[in-house]
Amino acid sequence: MTRLFEGILEAFQLIFSLDPDLLQIVFLSLRVSISAIIIATILGVPMGAFLGLKPEKKPRLISKIIYTFMGIPPVVGGLIIYLLLSRQGPLGVLGLLYTPSAMIIAQVLLATPIITGLSLVGIRSKGPEIVETARSLGADPMLATWTVIKESRLSIFGAIITGFSRVIAEVGAVMIVGGNIAGRTRVMTTAIVLETRRGNYELAIGLGLVLLILAFVINSFLYNIQKGGQAN
Amino acid sequence: MLRIINLLTAPTGGVYYFHGCPVPGNTREQVNIQRKMSLVFQKTILFKESVWNNVAYGLRARGYSREEIYERVGSLLDQVGLSDLAKRRADTLSGGEAQRVAIARSVAFDPELLLLDEPTANLDPYNIELIEEMITTLNREKGITVVIVTHNVFQARRIADEVIFLDKGEIVEMGSAEKIFTNPEHEKTRLYVEGKVVF
Repeated sequence: MTRLFEGILEAFQLIFSLDPDLLQIVFLSLRVSISAIIIATILGVPMGAFLGLKPEKKPRLISKIIYTFMGIPPVVGGLIIYLLLSRQGPLGVLGLLYTPSAMIIAQVLLATPIITGLSLVGIRSKGPEIVETARSLGADPMLATWTVIKESRLSIFGAIITGFSRVIAEVGAVMIVGGNIAGRTRVMTTAIVLETRRGNYELAIGLGLVLLILAFVINSFLYNIQKGGQAN
Repeated sequence: MLRIINLLTAPTGGVYYFHGCPVPGNTREQVNIQRKMSLVFQKTILFKESVWNNVAYGLRARGYSREEIYERVGSLLDQVGLSDLAKRRADTLSGGEAQRVAIARSVAFDPELLLLDEPTANLDPYNIELIEEMITTLNREKGITVVIVTHNVFQARRIADEVIFLDKGEIVEMGSAEKIFTNPEHEKTRLYVEGKVVF
């Protein structure tokens, strides 16, 4: 218990002292996870809309694959990206391994199936009826699909919140493809692992607390947008 | 049937003619034909936005200017007595209000043809009267052709000019409302209009 309280105390000291190393780690964590979630949303929402609006019989296999990938262990996702980006891999020429870009790619791989799968479920429940209503009012296929996405915004924001929670807390994939290099690819989760191994439990707890506070602030922000969508 | 007319479902057989021409298979041309009509479903779906935005939807889809949308939506809401509800979220309306918004939304862009599927199902007599009045006004004053699918023989008698009596998807009899309701040729039609049997 003493360690826990010391950790909490240290966390507040770190936050209020604006420790440059901590800030660098926090900003990199946010940059990687927010970039990944934006890309995953751009990919996942249209894919979810496309699959959600198809008759259920046709996309059954692809839906199963997406649901499976929703639960992919981060280390497996990281390993796949590592093999693709390693010097011997097909994308090795890009030289992205052990860079924040590789970490973003790995997190996109983890978040996209979650956003696609949860959007798909939300859109499938009412999507076909909304498309028919939109088309009966003269919408072309593009506008009708956009209307479905707008009408399903609560489910989609839920999907984005879930995806973000997954990537901000994720450690395995970013560790494998980022390498946890100080000042370059060290993020909060990998720093927590490192400090725990070093026996710096107070610092590890402190970082954990910062991570929780950040996740709370960002999820609250997304939740407020979601509730705003419900009220307007 | 209404879904086929509105090009939402392809017919399994036969050819669909609109204005004397077979409907083309091309999506873009189909959208152009679809924009000449609108369909109000039995289960009304209003978008989770304001009443105003719902009524403006078809106009925006057709690229009307902001001023024109403002003018048309404002005047239509006035006509149907929904001005007070313009800013209300459409999914908080009562059944009768929602149905009036759905019909207003479907006629904002002056379609040639309005398709209504059981427009007064599950509504109270007050709202039934309001909606029937609305339908009659749209037909008589705006010249919109209205096709209504109804199981309510009394409603058909009150508002229809022409009646097609269908049984299991087949036409039993068609003609003017006066003829169908006062002097039907077919026995099935006679039993139905006299309320002796429900098919």
